[in-house]
Amino acid sequence: MALASDLTAAEVVDVPIPLKRSASGADRVFRVILAGCGTTVLVVLGAVVVYLVHYSDRAFHKVGFGLITSSHWAPPFDLGILGALVGSVVIALLALTVALPLSVASALMINEYAPKRLRGMLVSLIDLLATVPSIVYGFWGLIALQTYLFGTTKFLARHFGFIPLFRTVEPNTYGLSVFDCGLVVAIMIIPIVTSISREVMARAPREPCEGALALGGTRWGMVTDVILPYSRNGIIGAALLGLGRAVGETMAVYLILSTTNILTPAILGPNGLGSITYLISRDFTSNPTLVKSALTEAGLALFATTLAMNLVARLVVTRSDEAYA
Amino acid sequence: MSTVSTLPPAPTVDSPPVERPHRRPKASSNDVLEVASSAVSSLAFVWVVFSVAGLDAPFGLLLCSFLTFLLVYGTLSRVRHGALVMKNRLGTIFVWSGGLVAMVPLFLIIGWLLVRGAPVVFSHFPHYITHDAATAGAEQPTWTAGVGAAIVGTVEQVGLATLVACPIAVLTATFLNESRSGYSKVVRLVVDAMTGTPEIIAGLFVYLLWVQPHHTSGKSGAAAAAALAVMMLPFVTRGAQEVLRTVPGSLREAGMALGAPHWRLTLRVILPTARVGLVTVAILGVARAVGETAAVLFNAGGSANAHFNWNPFHGNQLDLPLYVLQLAQSAPANQVKEAWGGALVLVFFVLGLFALTRILGSGMPRGPRFSRFLLPPWRRLSADSQ
Repeated sequence: MALASDLTAAEVVDVPIPLKRSASGADRVFRVILAGCGTTVLVVLGAVVVYLVHYSDRAFHKVGFGLITSSHWAPPFDLGILGALVGSVVIALLALTVALPLSVASALMINEYAPKRLRGMLVSLIDLLATVPSIVYGFWGLIALQTYLFGTTKFLARHFGFIPLFRTVEPNTYGLSVFDCGLVVAIMIIPIVTSISREVMARAPREPCEGALALGGTRWGMVTDVILPYSRNGIIGAALLGLGRAVGETMAVYLILSTTNILTPAILGPNGLGSITYLISRDFTSNPTLVKSALTEAGLALFATTLAMNLVARLVVTRSDEAYA
Repeated sequence: MSTVSTLPPAPTVDSPPVERPHRRPKASSNDVLEVASSAVSSLAFVWVVFSVAGLDAPFGLLLCSFLTFLLVYGTLSRVRHGALVMKNRLGTIFVWSGGLVAMVPLFLIIGWLLVRGAPVVFSHFPHYITHDAATAGAEQPTWTAGVGAAIVGTVEQVGLATLVACPIAVLTATFLNESRSGYSKVVRLVVDAMTGTPEIIAGLFVYLLWVQPHHTSGKSGAAAAAALAVMMLPFVTRGAQEVLRTVPGSLREAGMALGAPHWRLTLRVILPTARVGLVTVAILGVARAVGETAAVLFNAGGSANAHFNWNPFHGNQLDLPLYVLQLAQSAPANQVKEAWGGALVLVFFVLGLFALTRILGSGMPRGPRFSRFLLPPWRRLSADSQ
């Protein structure tokens, strides 16, 4: 009777059983179906890119780079989208400048400052804000926010008009401007930036936080010296995602702007800078093929920008995840 | 020795020191006084300056007082308590004021919606939501307009988009989760990149591909649904992927160890375990699609005063976002009021769906009864009866 202790070491070396399972017929079919679904997604999304490129080809050959070097937009003759391009950038940057501090503040408020009992409710509130349709924000911005902002805009134009930014194109006409759009878009991206940066901040390790407090640091000291350095990448990613959303935002801009898409530093009044999404939604269906093609090209540029921002943002956010996981 | 008597009394053995959790000290009356005096003095100062200058701007007054308050309170804290306390206090003010200001728009929007929209929707309830707006005009009272045709369109378009996009999205997410091949990495990258696609791009794509070649007859509910499906596909795929990742690996391994084939493991263990999360993601996708306007702008083609069109595959069809958009841009005050009514109905839809996800999330089942899912259906009955 051989006990285990009688065996020599050479005999008990573990050899893993080669685990080989040949897939059954049903499994093979199942895998093909799964891969087929993945391919469908790939094909649909790839088709968007291919089709837009194909359709914008015509304008690219006819107008070439004149599209983005001229700022005179009078379809179907003058096709220059520089004013709209710059306007889109200005709206997005303005929105981000307003939204980022507010978002970081509300993320900190929810995570660190508000009573624990309220935390779940506040998170739901932010999620709720993110689901309100953009058309509702736009409509509210057109009717309500414009009236709220009227006095402020007028004040800025009167007293800070020496800065070219705070001017109006036509004297004494305010509203329906890039400035108003930027603020509405800021309100729209606050929930997105807040919820992502809140999640990233919640993942900052607790021990250094408690250590900071235990060493006599203030709560604000803990925030600036522990939480923010840990979540810096995540916040940058959140800001980029917000920026991508702001660049592609259509309805609020379409409802509020009233403009001629010229290139001007003034952002306070109507008939100044435009926006790509505004241009597409206003002029696309009512114009001949060449204009459509040019607008598709503009849309393609927009698409490429948001794609790049999304990819970089996801990369940054996931990398910050892995670093501190 | 006399020194012995000056020592503090040693703690008695029978009363061990009680451990109390450390609590942050509450604000003393001194702190409250400092805040209050800075606030009152800065408000008074700015108010005096504004009256002398003859300015009448309540918003500007508030803003200037706030800035002055920061200055006064910061200086006061710096002088009395040092730089560290000053930073802490100003930081706390930044966090609270920023957080609360970020919440203000929500309440303002809900307030405006209720004040402007509720009279339109509820004055002759349920007339507004059961009729179309074909007989309404700029002179008629607002309740004669109806959002019924738009509701039909939204339900049909979003329903079609969901039917097409959600199964594909869930299976794709399964594929991405199960497969480690290079191909799945490409698909994952593309899905990731496309999640933030601007709505208008999807709308443009469907318009160029389908609507324009068919001239005016191409606009239909189905075309709008196609654009919505393009938007939903990456969104739901990504969400479902996150949900499937939370299915514990032990379940999968147990299923494999019991010799379950891959398809049964997926369909009877993994997907049922994650079903609540998957349904939640699908509902969130629907909630987003309901409000998407730019995607349907070129493709649905309905005008705000259109008759009911029950057939999404033929003819122009209205939906809620388009209804709001067209009336919001019109000049007559009556029609703008009707737009508020439409916006209220739209937000009701979205809020209802959002509430549904919360109810589902709170009612999560305790543990998956996975052993049942492994059995073929005819043997499950007997397993239940045992």
